[in-house]
Amino acid sequence: MIPTIPQSRSFRLVYGGYVALFFLYLALPLTVVAVFAFNDSQFPSLPWEGFTWNWFFGEERPQIGVFHERGILRSVGTSAFVALCVAVLSVSVGTTNAFLFNRYEFRGKGFLYVLMLLPLVIPGIVLGISILVFSSTLANGLWDLAQMDVQALRPGLLLVILGQFSFITTIATLVISARLQKFDRTLEEAALNLGADRLTAVRTITLPFLAPAMIGAVVVAFLMSFENFNTTLMLVGSDAPLTIAMFDRLKEGSTPLLNAVSLLLMLGSSLLALLVILFQRRG
Amino acid sequence: MRNQSRITFYLLLTPLVLWLGLLIIIPHIDMLLISLRERISFGVYETSLSQYEKALTEPLYLRTFWRTAVMSVLATVITLLIAFPVAYYIAKMAKGRLQQVLFLLCLIPFYVSELVRTFGWMILLRETGLISSLLQWVGLADQPVELLYTDATMMVGLVYTSMLFMVVPLVTTLESLDDSVIEAGYDLGGSGFSVLREIIIPHAMPGIVSGCIVVFMLSLGNYLTPTMLGGKDSLWFTEMIYNQFIVRSNWELGAAFGFMLLVLSSVIVWGMLRLTGRTLKETMG
Repeated sequence: MIPTIPQSRSFRLVYGGYVALFFLYLALPLTVVAVFAFNDSQFPSLPWEGFTWNWFFGEERPQIGVFHERGILRSVGTSAFVALCVAVLSVSVGTTNAFLFNRYEFRGKGFLYVLMLLPLVIPGIVLGISILVFSSTLANGLWDLAQMDVQALRPGLLLVILGQFSFITTIATLVISARLQKFDRTLEEAALNLGADRLTAVRTITLPFLAPAMIGAVVVAFLMSFENFNTTLMLVGSDAPLTIAMFDRLKEGSTPLLNAVSLLLMLGSSLLALLVILFQRRG
Repeated sequence: MRNQSRITFYLLLTPLVLWLGLLIIIPHIDMLLISLRERISFGVYETSLSQYEKALTEPLYLRTFWRTAVMSVLATVITLLIAFPVAYYIAKMAKGRLQQVLFLLCLIPFYVSELVRTFGWMILLRETGLISSLLQWVGLADQPVELLYTDATMMVGLVYTSMLFMVVPLVTTLESLDDSVIEAGYDLGGSGFSVLREIIIPHAMPGIVSGCIVVFMLSLGNYLTPTMLGGKDSLWFTEMIYNQFIVRSNWELGAAFGFMLLVLSSVIVWGMLRLTGRTLKETMG
């Protein structure tokens, strides 16, 4: 079943058709979401009432567009803030982890490595509730001990950031480790021979080599955080990130406003993804 | 010099230990402890197994637990069956540009929020949706058909959501299979089926295992798809966890549910690794 082995015409047709159907299945839901963002009606469904930009730029009821809808804009800001924090934190810790596992031999290394992978196989909801439970134990303990009410330990943005950080760090570690393994250590030694101290050698030789992987990890972490739902759902307080805000609206019933937000999300994330691919090809 | 490298070592170890300790290990131990207590009166708790007893004797809880497990396995199998031919096509049949484009097309839905994907299926399948209108237009139905809120719809959504995580590892492993090995199989008189069974599938096994593990985990832990696409009868275990925690504020029972889900997923992942003689490190790292 490779091109060099002759296959009957009908087999090739059926196979090609199957693959085409598969891509139709992949594209269909995204396409309808995008198309109905332009429907001049209160519902993202047929009949088609004509083309409109109102769900993006509309200023008055009943068709308030994305760019004039306060709630949605605020939740986009919240999501971006959370995603940025998560990206910076997880890539920093991911980098130190990569150095630790790449450069040092120590007792319990294999065990720690498996522990490091664990967050990937824990369901997101369970990660969320375990952090929720622990932080409230901490908060209650502090209250009993010192009558201090630490709001930061109650459901809210800090917990959302920590919850997402807890598993995105594993991914950042894997991405950065993969590149660090390819690094030629003699380059660093050359720098040391030329009189650089260890920190300077790492800063001027190793980190620039790692930069493509680190930037890639930042973007992946940002996207994963922006789109995270399960862990966030359990830890969210009064400031809802975008996915949660959209979920709440979707439960109430949907207007093409949600399609417009979704379309912008799709464009935004594909653009970011494309940037990473281009950047990595150059790097 | 030696001393300095020691300090660096501890500096690098600290973030790892803080992260794993404070955000993974201790919270899970705390969750276990909470699930092992029973509320006697306000602020008074006693250690007991009563939460687990409740979870294991109440038919609704137990049924949901097994249903979630079985449906997740089913979703994994369906995803594998659908994805394998496609991955093979991308890895072996398509060449050059086409190969790259197809692979990228597979990645795009991954970059789109799960919420958007689910929303897309709702627009397609609901009573006033596209498919229903299409069926009426063709004449196969004479009134709007509700396609949402069934197990089949939920399955479509689950498979769609995790498809990528199957296709990508499969393509990666299949690409590393040398064409000449397949040719040799044919030259030695093998049929298409025996080449598939004896050469291609054994070679793709690492990809199959890691794909299956990830897809199973994602299905088991999914909340959105069962809630939005599934019906009243297709309650998912994660929904029960959410209900106990957020709606009923019964953290003890919720924590017990959470632990059951964790054990279930660990057992199945461990079993899959065991069955194929692979380690977590090889599969995930």
